[in-house]
Amino acid sequence: MPPTRRQFLSLAGGVTAAGAIPIVTLHPLQATPATLNSAIRNVVGEAQIRNGRVKLDIPPLVENGNTVPMTVSVASAMTADDHVKSIHVFNEKNPQPNIANFYLGPSSGRPQVSTRIRLADTQKVVAIARLSDDTFWQIAADVVVTLAACTEEMN
Amino acid sequence: MRVWRAIAAAALLAAAPALLAGEIPIDARRSGYSFMGPDTRAMQDDDTSNPGMLFVLEGEALWGKKTGNAEKSCADCHGDARSSMKGVAARYPAIDKALARPVTLDQRINRCRTNHQQATPLLYESRDLLALSAFVAHQSRGVAISAGDDPQAKPFVEQGRELFMQREGQLNLACTNCHDDNFDRRLAGAPVTQGQPTGYPLYRLEWQTLGSLERRLRSCMSGVRAQAYDYGSPELVALELYLMSRARGLPMETPAVRP
Amino acid sequence: MPALINVPAKAKRGGVIEIRTLTSHIMETGFRHTVDGKLVPRDIITSFTCRYNGDEIFRADLFPAIAANPYLSFFTVAKESGKFEFEWIGDNGYSSTASASIIVE
Repeated sequence: MPPTRRQFLSLAGGVTAAGAIPIVTLHPLQATPATLNSAIRNVVGEAQIRNGRVKLDIPPLVENGNTVPMTVSVASAMTADDHVKSIHVFNEKNPQPNIANFYLGPSSGRPQVSTRIRLADTQKVVAIARLSDDTFWQIAADVVVTLAACTEEMN
Repeated sequence: MRVWRAIAAAALLAAAPALLAGEIPIDARRSGYSFMGPDTRAMQDDDTSNPGMLFVLEGEALWGKKTGNAEKSCADCHGDARSSMKGVAARYPAIDKALARPVTLDQRINRCRTNHQQATPLLYESRDLLALSAFVAHQSRGVAISAGDDPQAKPFVEQGRELFMQREGQLNLACTNCHDDNFDRRLAGAPVTQGQPTGYPLYRLEWQTLGSLERRLRSCMSGVRAQAYDYGSPELVALELYLMSRARGLPMETPAVRP
Repeated sequence: MPALINVPAKAKRGGVIEIRTLTSHIMETGFRHTVDGKLVPRDIITSFTCRYNGDEIFRADLFPAIAANPYLSFFTVAKESGKFEFEWIGDNGYSSTASASIIVE
């Protein structure tokens, strides 16, 4: 006999009460701060990450999280000896923590890149720059994602 | 946010009966562009960053491509779209003499395909139909909207107006309750606009693609929990015609970008 | 697939120029489901490269968090007249190219 609704509810309640197993989350694929951290460590390794030198232009309140304009720039002379090697952008709550990696060099002239990203929810976005001396610099920005009043149902 | 939304909806329901639904005067008509934030405006303003332009490019290629049993391209009859299609979309939906009823630009393109190119009609909301429609409508960018001026169109404009005023769905809301009576207020986080269809087909950030006015109308209908009319139905065409006549004088923006 | 490329037609030698690219792609995340519960498989552009007269001057790894119809803007020093070549590579063997020329004086 298939379980009744009452049995199912009591089962679900039991799991919650037990506390050991969290009740199934609505977003099982959401990147948690821990996965954000490990994604950052995958790029940076054990190196120290300092605050500063990086600027992240992203609207603090976005009209639709599906297409969010974003610009990252870095304070650097962009000479052969002192330039930005790469810029890495991460998010906190999308199903996956990576957004993009950009590889630059002294011939870039200006260490600045723009793109459009997806943010599934209100969350933190982190940009990290690797300089030619292999130091890492970061900035974080909080973005509030509003939802349209009348969104289309998924089909 | 949820409480806010409930309050907004309740306020709309309570305020609506006391207000008379009136046309927005010409000098007070505002494109959805004026309700957007600076980032979304910037995306529309620059043709090399406006993703709608990708569809215009595709449409341009389709315009010159021979198709159907007649082996004819749009260009074989209509020539250079930059001159032949200028201003056309600003007049649509327009009366089809043979059918004696209004047809949308999408339907006009498909009638050309079946009658003149002997090709199969393109599906509503298909990439090719959106691309052709965007390419044609783009030729009218900046042209003032004049749809519905044809005397033969009047009864259909009136039909569309009645639909616009008619309450529907589980929320029992008419288009007019939001878009005539409450524009410039907010529903949840989003501004309520006047619903002026100046830039269709347009690139909606929510959709992450180009879409037609009919798609937008259908999602409004499901927003008020009503059964949406089918694509190409006389009701949607009449609504589209009324909305365009209601936007009379506003310049076309195709391809617009909206949140 | 069409792409929109914005490279200045002319530049001064040594000047810094902006390059903008926009290309058609659905960027399906691989995290969405259909109404009947099936996972929609991932279909994204994973890599973008720009070469200037053969030399790589900019490269990007893209992830599902990049919006549909990817837009990229970046800079380079105008060193000589010639050609920029752009390449997008993605899932399911996706590959697309475009180019633009520049006169440097």
